[in-house]
Amino acid sequence: MGMQFNNVFKSAVLALTIVGLAACSSTSDTEEMTPVAQTGESDAARAARLEQERLQREREEQQRRDQAALNTTVFYFDFDVADFQPSDRETLIAHARNLAANPNRRVRLEGHADERGTREYNLALGERRANSIRDFLIVNGASRAQMETVSYGEERPAVNGQTEAAYRQNRRVEIQPAG
Amino acid sequence: MCVLALVFSLRLSAAELNIEITRGVDNPIPIAAVPFRWEGASLLDEDIAQIISNNLEQIGEFRALSRANMLSLPSEEREVHYRDWRILAQQYVVVGKITQVPGGQMVQVQWEFFDINRERKVLGEVLTGSMSQLRDIAHSISDVVYQEITGRRGAFSTKIMYVSAEGSIGSTVYRLHYADYDGRRAQILLESREPIMSPAWSPDGSQIAYVSFETDLPRIYIQDLGTGQRRQVTNFPGINSSPVWSPDGRKLAMVLSKDGSPDIYVLDLTTNALIQLTDHPRAETEPAWTTDSRSVIFTSDRTGQPQIYKVDATGGLPERLTFDCFYCAKAQFLPDGVNLVHVRRETRQNNSYGISILNVQTNRVITLTDTALDESPSVAPNGRMIMFGTTFNGRGVLDAVSIDGRVKFRLPSLQGDVREPSWSPYLN
Repeated sequence: MGMQFNNVFKSAVLALTIVGLAACSSTSDTEEMTPVAQTGESDAARAARLEQERLQREREEQQRRDQAALNTTVFYFDFDVADFQPSDRETLIAHARNLAANPNRRVRLEGHADERGTREYNLALGERRANSIRDFLIVNGASRAQMETVSYGEERPAVNGQTEAAYRQNRRVEIQPAG
Repeated sequence: MCVLALVFSLRLSAAELNIEITRGVDNPIPIAAVPFRWEGASLLDEDIAQIISNNLEQIGEFRALSRANMLSLPSEEREVHYRDWRILAQQYVVVGKITQVPGGQMVQVQWEFFDINRERKVLGEVLTGSMSQLRDIAHSISDVVYQEITGRRGAFSTKIMYVSAEGSIGSTVYRLHYADYDGRRAQILLESREPIMSPAWSPDGSQIAYVSFETDLPRIYIQDLGTGQRRQVTNFPGINSSPVWSPDGRKLAMVLSKDGSPDIYVLDLTTNALIQLTDHPRAETEPAWTTDSRSVIFTSDRTGQPQIYKVDATGGLPERLTFDCFYCAKAQFLPDGVNLVHVRRETRQNNSYGISILNVQTNRVITLTDTALDESPSVAPNGRMIMFGTTFNGRGVLDAVSIDGRVKFRLPSLQGDVREPSWSPYLN
């Protein structure tokens, strides 16, 4: 996360500085609503404090979003398709950033297929799905050494049954913590 | 992490199978297997004549006469009156008697076999075995009768292996079973909390290979059926799967994805030398040897969808064998080396996977099944029947179908999902 976060941090500081200065030069309602913690605070000190607070909120928001992304550990695939869905991009980027920021963290990517078709071919399909996520995580900052992929093919369904809904839930890659 | 138990005793497994005949031929050969006479004090555990009747009926080519309709119950030649059986329109009659060998648990089975039209005894023999071998004796008699009538070797004394999965998601127990070809006398060879896949027989039937996830990764193991000893054969990164012995027993074809994508390899079991047969960034899997051991057929999706290819066993450029299907996979040649059994889905729109046979010389395709989720076909050593896994009422079951598609029987299990049948070679 190092480099990338620094850049985000710098631009946030810059943006907040401008906002802060703009706020100082006006007498808006929002200004009155901000709690005044210290009397006799200079305009400059106040602007700096607001910057800090704003930055803190920004960080917390990013952490919250990242945590939500990290809590999403199952990714679904279309029939006979090994590429993950575009809507999962941001979530996977959060996983990649987290791995980059925690070099000691290791994960296991478990690839699965639905039951249609032959078992050995489904084993290959599950591996291809796990590899597609692994490769995306590597491109986005995770290290290959942090990840182990394993395919279970159709041997470990998430849901039993022969319905499209069941099949959809079984075509998946799960990101699991690894030792 | 995984629980592993090797059970080699005569423990009966829960997933014992029973045969159901779902289809048959139009003009089966009428045969009467007369209850074998037994004069011992206690009841016998097995009914030899009934086992013979079941064997011959479930492969569809025969119709066994019901006992209630028999006019007499002969047990040896001098009691056989051809007229009785001609009236009943029988072509063949099997009779026998079982006697206890004095001072032991051994029994002697004397049996005879008659051709009613020709009014002659075809053959007779005396078999000796223990009380626990009555089923084996019945299968052996069935093999002889079948061969005498059809001219083809019977496969009633062969065995099958299959995998079962039992228990709810998250607490599934996987088991590898060993049973008679009809699912009876099932024993557990391996039990694990992690998946078991792809059981395969050595050509002499003394060893088996399979994939077990017991280390949390798919790895190939070889197990000796006599001693129960097992060893892990592979530990490469990625997929290690689809073990299959060469017909000469010296090599094991397999799938490894250690170089990024699944490819076909051949491991020499004596030298441990590993040869790579395919090298393609797409998936190559499901190897099977041709009957002459000179080539390996496999599934590859190098053109987008899975199709069947053939490659020289020393490597080289693969030849594509299937063209006119959306999904053709898991192929195996019949003993004739010309007819290719495989799993086929015709079109993208037709969402059904069936068992088909492609004649690679005429390109004619016969579809044998009409169920939707068929997979893992395994051919009997006489090439007459194919056993496969399918789904019925939401559960995995094993079906068998004759190679002309006319006869079908089902081996429903009592518990759990059963899948991946593997028919043994001849064991006698």
